[in-house]
Amino acid sequence: MRSLLAPYRQASTVHRLAEALKREITRPWTVMEVCGGQTHAFLRHGLDQLLPAELSLIHGPGCPVCVTPAASIDLAMALAVRPELILCSYGDMLRVPGSGGRTLLDVRAAGADVRVVASPLDVPLIARSHPGHQVVFFAVGFETTAPATALLADQAWQSKLGNLSLLVCHVRVPPAMEALLTAPECRVQGFLAAGHVCTVMGTDEYEPIAARHRVPIVVTGFEPVDLLDGLLRCVRQLEQGVHRVENAYGRVGSQAGNASARMLIERVFQRVDRQWRGLGSFPASGLCLRPPYDALDAERRFPQTAPTPDRPDSPSSACISGAVLQGLARPTDCTAFRGRCRPEHPLGAPMVSAEGACAAYFRYQGDHHVQ
Amino acid sequence: MSSDLPTVQLGHGGGGSLSHDLIRQLLVPAFGPADGVLHDAAVLPAEAGPLAFSTDAYVVRPLLFPGGDIGSLAVFGTVNDLAMVGASAFALSLSLILEEGLPMATLHQVVASIRLAAQRCAVPVVTGDTKVVERGKGDGIFISTAGIGRVEHGLAIGPAAVRPGDAILVSGDLGRHGVAILAARQELGFRTDLHSDLAPLHEPVQALLEEGLELHCLRDLTRGGLASALHELSAGARLGMLLQETAIPVAAEVEGACELLGLDPLAMANEGRFVLFLPADQAGRALDLLRRFQPAAAIIGTVAGEAVLLQNSLGLRRRLELGQGEQLPRIC
Repeated sequence: MRSLLAPYRQASTVHRLAEALKREITRPWTVMEVCGGQTHAFLRHGLDQLLPAELSLIHGPGCPVCVTPAASIDLAMALAVRPELILCSYGDMLRVPGSGGRTLLDVRAAGADVRVVASPLDVPLIARSHPGHQVVFFAVGFETTAPATALLADQAWQSKLGNLSLLVCHVRVPPAMEALLTAPECRVQGFLAAGHVCTVMGTDEYEPIAARHRVPIVVTGFEPVDLLDGLLRCVRQLEQGVHRVENAYGRVGSQAGNASARMLIERVFQRVDRQWRGLGSFPASGLCLRPPYDALDAERRFPQTAPTPDRPDSPSSACISGAVLQGLARPTDCTAFRGRCRPEHPLGAPMVSAEGACAAYFRYQGDHHVQ
Repeated sequence: MSSDLPTVQLGHGGGGSLSHDLIRQLLVPAFGPADGVLHDAAVLPAEAGPLAFSTDAYVVRPLLFPGGDIGSLAVFGTVNDLAMVGASAFALSLSLILEEGLPMATLHQVVASIRLAAQRCAVPVVTGDTKVVERGKGDGIFISTAGIGRVEHGLAIGPAAVRPGDAILVSGDLGRHGVAILAARQELGFRTDLHSDLAPLHEPVQALLEEGLELHCLRDLTRGGLASALHELSAGARLGMLLQETAIPVAAEVEGACELLGLDPLAMANEGRFVLFLPADQAGRALDLLRRFQPAAAIIGTVAGEAVLLQNSLGLRRRLELGQGEQLPRIC
């Protein structure tokens, strides 16, 4: 692993790219990195300290945990407390508060059977070894995790596993980028798109966005060299006044993406309007199970599970997470940041997940930035 | 023979013949006393000089893991806590809380492991207790140990003794225990040949003391790993630290597993590693000694500034991340 990643972390290459960025930038530009993984990597490696003053990075909404609506988490918790039910999800989903501030970790502590899985394909094993229980997979994530959920749905359908169902909250990246660009207050002039999404989906979906909104979109990986290389390519396009889709992650992602994964997504899911936490509803921005797979929909299987939100899906009045997720404010602009809002008691979703912009600032930005 | 029953029963903690048999047939043969005469308390010989006293409770799933088990963990954990003030343990207590239905073979295995671990540290188990809780009210075995140790040096080892400019060393590579346990739980679908780093630490600490080094502070790196320990010590000493990320030893297997699961090796648990603070001009001698026990021991930074910062290979600094308690694998 170390030798695999070494070329993409090499100090001399990173500094060479940072120098080029400083040399070539002539005007102020605002670029959004779409994915929380990119935000996290920028701050973890301290790359933000290497950027020229003319370049503003704003952090996009690409943290699946952050944008999962509180109502879905309420529903997951309402399912989890049923005694006959085992709820499975990804680890960082367990820490995200629902509308009343409670988390799946809280309901687990109160006795619910909530399990962390690293892969959805572990879920059929749990279902088979607990024939007397109903097993629900709480499926969240972008196009990165959707194929694995689709594979699970397909396996469950083919093998007629009667005690497995899915609570699907998958979201799609391109509609969110469109929505950000059409917002009147939008400041984004270029995008760093997430390489792992393109590994699945390819880059075709970005072409109409780049053309319509005249923004460069550069696909990047998540290592220091990947990110600075992507930024440099994006700034070069901006300086030249062009707006292309450019793949700076060619070692993994291709224009066509992963054909079999895309087919699987098409076969199992259909597009729906979806609520994004802190942002509102975007057309066709979500995925839900299409017939006949919708027979596996946990909401249909347990229709009587009505979550009762303790209060409406609005973050604390001090929380500016909506503005942070749209790139209109920085986490440090928030009066609650590091005070009332901390990872152990978050007021808004971006403080919850390791990939949330607020959590990334909380973890990595310290006194050395203030000096 | 009650300890020949296939599983632990509630009666093994009930004070009747089953309890009696368990103590006579399993625990007294393992730990003594040699004359077999049991009493309510152990009487220990007193000597002049300060004593160190520490207690800890042990819960781990699975009970048996690559590189150790809850029994050896309970002995080394308390021996190590005492070692962190430079004390050598001379008596241990042992409380076992057993869950009804625990396979008797597992109990035998754990008791044998406790015995071996105590022998390894030359510390007798002088007093103990056994309780049994109903099925579902425990997790197989919970163990609590307490230990008394002699302090035979004149140093005030602790956070308050840390000084600006002190060198910071770790006694070996980090994160093996945490990754080995995660893999042993078989929930995350990955396999590894990694073993826990579980080990007693009194020997390297004694070697450092015998060398006459001016130890300012020691801390064993258990739950929360290096990150948690350094944040605690920084708060206690009211001093910052600057660490060189590339100097912090992490085995390639640990780094790979953490990279894939989205975990931080510096926040992973260890059970046989400690961090050491001492004057910078003694760091080389300390390192030579530590490397006799663990070749990966390293000087990782210095006490400086106000925050705990990590300088990476790019020469850039960031705060050392403090985990939130439970390490949860990330989604993507």
